[in-house]
Amino acid sequence: MRYQFMTAALAVTTALPFAGPAAATDLEVTHWWTSGGEAAAVAEFAKAFDATGNHWVDGAIAGSGGTARPIMISRITGGDPMGATQFNHGRQAEELVQAGLMRDLTELATRDKWAEIVQPKSLLDGCTLDGKIYCVPVNIHSWQWLWLSNAAFEKAGVPVPKNWNEYVAAAPALEKAGIIPLAVGGQPWQSSGAFDVLLTAVGGTDTFLKVYRDKDAEFAAGPEVAKVFKAADDARKMAKNTNVQDWNQATNLVISGKAGGQIMGDWAQGEFQVAGLTAGKDYTCLPGLGLNEVIATGGDAFYFPLLQDAEKSKAQEALAEALLDPKTQVAFNLKKGSLPVRGDIDLKAANDCMKKGLDILAKGSVMPWTDQLLSQDTQKQKEDLFSEFFAKPDMTVEEAQKRFADIVASAD
Amino acid sequence: MSKSERPNQLFRNLNAKVASIPMVLTAVVIFVGGSAWTVLYSFTNSKLLPRLNFVGLDQYYRLWSTPRWLVSIENLLVYGVLSLVFSLVIGFVLAALLDQKIRFEDTFRTIFLYPFALSFIVTGLVWQWLLNPEFGIQGVVRGLGWESFNFDPLYNSDIVIYGILIAALWQGTGLIMCLMLAGLRGIDEDIWKAARVDGIPTLKTYLFIIIPMMRPVFITALVIIAAGIVKVYDLVVAQTSGGPGIASEVPAKYVYDYMFFAQNLGQGFAASTMMLLSVVVVIVPWAYLEFGGKKRV
Repeated sequence: MRYQFMTAALAVTTALPFAGPAAATDLEVTHWWTSGGEAAAVAEFAKAFDATGNHWVDGAIAGSGGTARPIMISRITGGDPMGATQFNHGRQAEELVQAGLMRDLTELATRDKWAEIVQPKSLLDGCTLDGKIYCVPVNIHSWQWLWLSNAAFEKAGVPVPKNWNEYVAAAPALEKAGIIPLAVGGQPWQSSGAFDVLLTAVGGTDTFLKVYRDKDAEFAAGPEVAKVFKAADDARKMAKNTNVQDWNQATNLVISGKAGGQIMGDWAQGEFQVAGLTAGKDYTCLPGLGLNEVIATGGDAFYFPLLQDAEKSKAQEALAEALLDPKTQVAFNLKKGSLPVRGDIDLKAANDCMKKGLDILAKGSVMPWTDQLLSQDTQKQKEDLFSEFFAKPDMTVEEAQKRFADIVASAD
Repeated sequence: MSKSERPNQLFRNLNAKVASIPMVLTAVVIFVGGSAWTVLYSFTNSKLLPRLNFVGLDQYYRLWSTPRWLVSIENLLVYGVLSLVFSLVIGFVLAALLDQKIRFEDTFRTIFLYPFALSFIVTGLVWQWLLNPEFGIQGVVRGLGWESFNFDPLYNSDIVIYGILIAALWQGTGLIMCLMLAGLRGIDEDIWKAARVDGIPTLKTYLFIIIPMMRPVFITALVIIAAGIVKVYDLVVAQTSGGPGIASEVPAKYVYDYMFFAQNLGQGFAASTMMLLSVVVVIVPWAYLEFGGKKRV
């Protein structure tokens, strides 16, 4: 009798999904957006997806991308894939795609003309492997920003600098006033990212591409890059009194005027907003450190693991469409503080700094970023090098550059 | 069972043998099999997914030319030697002091053992705060008027590993003390009386009579401490995340970071194989002396 009941129950549960064609499909979406502004932004996606008659099951993983990615990857490789997952588009999910674990979205992309609506075009390149499209870019986050505290410069009695060189020149005055000239948190990716920004700003876009795209080790050991290391040495000296770990703690030093500035991506803007500061009045932002105004097309994207379930696969398509919807793009990016991936929408509510970013984007001054050019392995080696360089004042510039060239030589 | 011939050796204690099959399988498949798999794949260039694409010793060449790995090894050596010595010495001295038939022995024992109830993560966070120059010990002492007092091991590359050592000792010595105390209680009262009759001073009795008699306890303590040293990871993550820079990195963290953050399984496997090798190098000669030697006697 027991068994009969069990089989009956089993039959009912398996029959359920076929009960009605319009039944809502649950789709689990994993991501690492857990801070206040991020969670508010991702809720916009959930709302848009639920409006399509499906149901968004939130799978937020706390503790930044570094913590979340291994969990996501082991779920996909371990045979328990979620419905959709966030990655930074570029090479993070490259091997998963090569192993055939991710869904090919080319058909959908052609039907919805992604190639026409996604701006700048290089964004889709980050999602493309062997001519096929595997992800939906949802925003642009660029690293090349210098955030300055107007109050700190006022206290030091110097004008707010307009570029990196003026900033370096103002450092002694800041220091005399008891202000940390530059805040760099202890997490390895921060010092590594700051160097990459210096590489684009001081060295120029071509230098950056020659080192990271062409992986020219000889060039990386040469005089052009030596100039960048000289700037990194300045940054190291300016940052030596920062005793914080997390990036947002470092941003807080700038917000409270204890530090003069910070080199950080545009996600830092959310912190300034939450603190109630006004762009241009309380803080100043310099894209490309005021030297080379470009925006790197890094950012977030959603990937869709290959599923057997036909209902869920259909829901995946609905989600992909919802993510690129103009209304969703506006709502999401305003809360996230990032730039939208479509050129045809109007961001009236954007603040000064975001407008600067949009202008640069409209001019087409874009470049690929390290997420697209370098493997995670190379990125990690770089992080190890620069976290050591920034923490160890007795490490010479020459030694650091030699090791940097070695990493570039073995980069893939 | 009236047959006179000798029963087959294989079927002696059959129940016990059947009962131990799961554990034997676990040991063979999970431990030995998993280790062999790891060693095999450490000779490949596996990235995010394991692939059998052999590259010889490339991963090992890279490993031993990576500054971060060398720093990790150096840290492990410093941490290992000091943690072994201090755990045993402090543990034994505390146990010997508690063994003097003092009042409130239970209370003291509880206080000393209590940190062991905390995980390494909690221990790490507690000590991160205590050693924070602004809020911790340095801040308090400066607040008392000693303005030039300087004690910020976690922010100084040269001594950061000692900051971690302090937390590890605080957490671990209580357990060693309890083991030692049990060992001391196991020593027959008559030994003490005999030593006293012979006029041997207390210190000498401890050093030349009691400690040699406590050999098994010391071996147990040694194994527990040594296992803790090789796998130290969570304490570092909680206290410094390897910083400042890479000054407090340890091998286990290198393995984890390269396997999961850098998506380079081959490199992580090579590093974990080196860890396994170092354990084998220590354990095999010791096991040979301990177990192999006795048969001949």
